[in-house]
Amino acid sequence: MTVLAAPRRTSSSGSSAVTVKKATSRGFVFVLLVLFALFFLVPIVWLLLSSTKSATALNSQNPYSFGSLHDLRRNWDALWSFQDGAVKTWMKNSVLYAGLALVITLAVSVPAGYALAKMQFAGRRFLLITTLIVMLMPTASLVLPTFLEINYAHLVNTPLSVVLPYSFFPFGVYLTYIYFSTAVPADLLAAAKIDGCGELRTFWSIALPLASPVVALVGFFSFVQNWNNFFLPYVMLPGSGQYPMQVGLTQMLASTPTFNPVVGANAAVSPPELVLATLVSIAPVLVVFLLAQRYLVTGLTAGGTKE
Amino acid sequence: MTALATRESSAPTPQVPTSTSGSRRTAGSRRPRAGHFFVLPYVVLLALFGVIPVVYSIYLAFTKAGGGFAGFSNFTRSARDYRFVPAIEHVAMYVAIWLVALIVLVVLLALVVHRLVSGKAKAVVRFAYYIPGALAGASSVLLLLFVLDPTVSPVAMILRWTGNEHFTDVITPHHLPVIFAIIAFWTGAGGWILVLYGALNTIPAEVMEAAKVDGAGPVRTALNIQLPMIRKWVSYMVILSLAAGTQLFVEPELVSQASFGIVPNDYSVNQLAYQFAFTQNDFNGSAAISIDLLVVALLCAGLFVARGKLFETD
Repeated sequence: MTVLAAPRRTSSSGSSAVTVKKATSRGFVFVLLVLFALFFLVPIVWLLLSSTKSATALNSQNPYSFGSLHDLRRNWDALWSFQDGAVKTWMKNSVLYAGLALVITLAVSVPAGYALAKMQFAGRRFLLITTLIVMLMPTASLVLPTFLEINYAHLVNTPLSVVLPYSFFPFGVYLTYIYFSTAVPADLLAAAKIDGCGELRTFWSIALPLASPVVALVGFFSFVQNWNNFFLPYVMLPGSGQYPMQVGLTQMLASTPTFNPVVGANAAVSPPELVLATLVSIAPVLVVFLLAQRYLVTGLTAGGTKE
Repeated sequence: MTALATRESSAPTPQVPTSTSGSRRTAGSRRPRAGHFFVLPYVVLLALFGVIPVVYSIYLAFTKAGGGFAGFSNFTRSARDYRFVPAIEHVAMYVAIWLVALIVLVVLLALVVHRLVSGKAKAVVRFAYYIPGALAGASSVLLLLFVLDPTVSPVAMILRWTGNEHFTDVITPHHLPVIFAIIAFWTGAGGWILVLYGALNTIPAEVMEAAKVDGAGPVRTALNIQLPMIRKWVSYMVILSLAAGTQLFVEPELVSQASFGIVPNDYSVNQLAYQFAFTQNDFNGSAAISIDLLVVALLCAGLFVARGKLFETD
């Protein structure tokens, strides 16, 4: 990279017009990146800061100031004691539902995407088209029919009623299909087969290790989507004891007087508590992102096969 | 079984994966093969939670509440509802704003981030843009309710400049398409930037070098080389976003809950379908609206599938 850039710079230093043009485009790029960084980050920063404030400080202080550790502690204690520890139950439920679904999703969709991309079998194209169609269907429109189906199987109000629908993730199949068909060279797999690998072994020992970026990507999207899902668990799980955190959050919203003046003073959640609850609800996803980040963006097959 | 399948697929000259049409061998392809074994668990889930619910909602849409074939009466009844056309207008406006923002800004940002020389800067920017992705759904709407409340908002200055003194000024119905587009962009854009960035990474280094040697600048490289090579991913982004956009539900539902009734609870098409099912107890009308949404999504998908060549592996 540097080797290449060096001669170009010396050659362009001759004409100042080119240098000015370059500087302008650099400035444009810089401003663009910073503006969007602010757009994406300011609400998060505000969220972090506001969880350290009392309800009055939230209204009166500068939105970019830090409250106090004391108030953070108070919000924290109030949050966990809300409705006798409901938040803890909701968080546990979220971990259970999204975690189980993640495992099943990966076990199901990665082999399927691989087979669709690299193997010939009857019904392959039909399966691809069906996958795309189902993927495009508004999931909310499936919630009610899925509910009736689950109801018929007597699974309503059980963890399975959300875990199984969560585990059906055509997006993951399509993503692995795209990945295997564009980024994993067929020569490599053919070579493995000539060396005597069976289909299963080729997949397990050759394709899967090369696929770690897309596995991380699919796992991540699946976890985030299921963690944040609201409509399905809302319909499937009527009892507060079964709520995941997202549904629990709206129950807290309904108890916050700022957004619902009907709430009595003693049942109320103060706005900073609601802020902290939002923060707690997103914490696991942030952790997963940090862990998976390394895999998410590694450019992959460079050097997989030589021409 | 595996051994058999292996021998079969490796015996002829190495497969040419570029022509995956499957029409190459039609005779004798009915036997179970290794591929079937790989896709079986997925096919089971697809049937249970993809196909059967759709068939069931089609069945409901063409059935009377008490049973019996209803023809198109559920469709005409739901479409003549006074809330139907406004809901479609709301959603269409929101989706249009959002898709334009996605196509223009996400592609631009992915290209710019990909060109950054410093690996560290790349990682920081990617991370910064992606963080809001953690807040999809109810969390993002909650945060947004605070951001739009001038008394506590971090951007209170901007809100006041634009003449919004109170929370209720901000969330007036004609602001909502833009507001929902901003929430969707705020939570979703970073993820798509990552996906397109990953796609840009799969372009072989030699191709990029060759463009450079030929004297192509950043703009020409982007237009003539990178964009055509990541077109599949861009159309994928558009299809998924379109599908997600038409099902707008959580955002207006929570905004409605927190707006003291300024925003009605039948703002979007899906909310209307929900109202049909849960407050009017009209499951058949609800299914008809769901099918309306489905047809729109399918038409658009067909167009993009044809133009974006989604099933051609090269």
